[in-house]
Amino acid sequence: MTGWLSPEEWTAVRLSLKVALVATSASLLPGIAMAYALERGRFWGRQALDVLVHLPLVLPPVVVGYALLLGFGRRGPIGSFLAEQFGIVLSFRWTGAALACAIMGFPLLVRAIRLSLETVDRKLEDAAGTLGAHPVWVFFVVTLPLILPGIIAGMVLSFAKAMGEFGATITFVSNIPGETQTIPSAIYTFTQVPGGEGGALRLTLVSVAISIAALWISEWMARRVRRRFLA
Amino acid sequence: MDGAARQAEVSRLMILDVDLRHRQGAFTLDARFQSQGRLTALFGPSGSGKTTLVNAIGGLIHPTEGRICVKERVLVDTRQGLFVPKHKRRIGYVFQEARLFPHLTVRQNLHFGRWFTPKRDRVADFHAVTELLGIAHLLDRWPSTLSGGEKQRVAIGRALLTDPQLLLMDEPLASLDEERKAEIYPYIDRLRDEGNVPMVLVSHSVPEIARLATSIVVLKDGRVTASGPASDILRHPKFFPHAGLVEAGALVETRVLRHEEPYGLSVLQAAAGTLTVSLLDLPVGTPVRVRLRARDIILSLKPPEGISALNVLPGIVAAIEEAEGSGVDVTLVCGGDSIVASVTRKSVERLGIRVGLPVQVIVKSVAFDREALGTVRAGNM
Repeated sequence: MTGWLSPEEWTAVRLSLKVALVATSASLLPGIAMAYALERGRFWGRQALDVLVHLPLVLPPVVVGYALLLGFGRRGPIGSFLAEQFGIVLSFRWTGAALACAIMGFPLLVRAIRLSLETVDRKLEDAAGTLGAHPVWVFFVVTLPLILPGIIAGMVLSFAKAMGEFGATITFVSNIPGETQTIPSAIYTFTQVPGGEGGALRLTLVSVAISIAALWISEWMARRVRRRFLA
Repeated sequence: MDGAARQAEVSRLMILDVDLRHRQGAFTLDARFQSQGRLTALFGPSGSGKTTLVNAIGGLIHPTEGRICVKERVLVDTRQGLFVPKHKRRIGYVFQEARLFPHLTVRQNLHFGRWFTPKRDRVADFHAVTELLGIAHLLDRWPSTLSGGEKQRVAIGRALLTDPQLLLMDEPLASLDEERKAEIYPYIDRLRDEGNVPMVLVSHSVPEIARLATSIVVLKDGRVTASGPASDILRHPKFFPHAGLVEAGALVETRVLRHEEPYGLSVLQAAAGTLTVSLLDLPVGTPVRVRLRARDIILSLKPPEGISALNVLPGIVAAIEEAEGSGVDVTLVCGGDSIVASVTRKSVERLGIRVGLPVQVIVKSVAFDREALGTVRAGNM
């Protein structure tokens, strides 16, 4: 495989996988919490929060990237705070690419979890309560297993979004080979230089293969879960 | 504590003491009753507030106002701002739909409540419960592969294994056909007679409560219209306006005295005398509860001669109450049992029936309710 892909291409693939995996796993817990809050919560400002979470879905990605640059850039309010207090720098780093991907994929993750939360029979949760389970336990022992298919679907969507994210990433963290050059950025670069068609095509094929593999794995996991209790 | 001592304790305690008001849209529940029964039936037509009442006892709703005590423990008292959340009530709840957890096996479903029961309170024996309910062979199955009756039995077992102080059952058999119901009744009989968990059963079926209940609370439009021991309530047709004269009747506890196999008959010993019924597949000495429906009782001033009915009991008129239409409910004391006859006002006048008059009570042999004789199946298990 390393012989087939050039070292630069291989670096872009590894970086893309790293960015997408980190973005997806880091947004999992906030995603579940957000889906739960939006679906079950009765608090002031829920509608506004709903809109905010869904914004990346409708805004041009470049706009999201620019907003991230304003907020999380070295001079931005959050960026400077993180840099001074914790020494965390996001702009022009692969971690920044992961943040951009996580934010772009977040609405997809939340929507998928929320949809499956909607279908959970609240009566089962009541039944668990009468059996002596504290609401926190009810969530972990009843609700969470029942929304597992939705969580898997959401994670795949978020992962796929991260693998394909371009606009927000390139705006926020630029296109630095070895640091922030993910597969889409690399393909873009290849198409801008003479003789880059081969590299662009190879990365395109890798991209397709990874997407198909992700879909197949999620389908297999969802079927395993579903076979247990929706037979 | 052995079973007998527990039962004695159960019978001494006031099991349910409810006084609450709850508004839900246009509907208002205003219920007040007490019960000491091992199995208290909440009876009433749909929309009478039965489910709201058990939901309040189980902690699924916050009543607008009032007080609920179970076994003399206060669970709700709105005046003191007290509300024990459902997971701390230790009240088992068997729902209309079994509500088994689809992602857990039958065994895991049964163990579910135990995970949350403090160790010192775990008394119920897993093997005994699964044997009693006939679900021991289903333990490794998934809920989606069970029949309706099996699901309900697992749901009952799951609730029992939490060692509840009280077991609520909201029409647990409503979704089942007659055969499946007949399959579950014997288990509830056994729980009532052998178990030490008092039960509350929501039902709108007279045969069902006649068969199972020891106490009855009658609800209508959100209000309690009657409550008391089952034998007292069931005697009165007026409490069952929807069932009318067809269903109301007295409960009589009997024992199998002997079988007359050549005739295909069994003889039951009641307090007042013997009752002959078609042959029962039960050993001599087995207790059998029969229901004598008010419309199936004929009164006679003299011991009847030359009639085909086999069941004639001596009795004394204890009360005469006007019923709806042309009917009159005559309460009779036969030995220790009290039986109600629905007769016409014309008959009362013609026979000169008055309180204290000795009469002959003729029970039509066919008048025995199959549902009431359903313990036959229990004997076959």
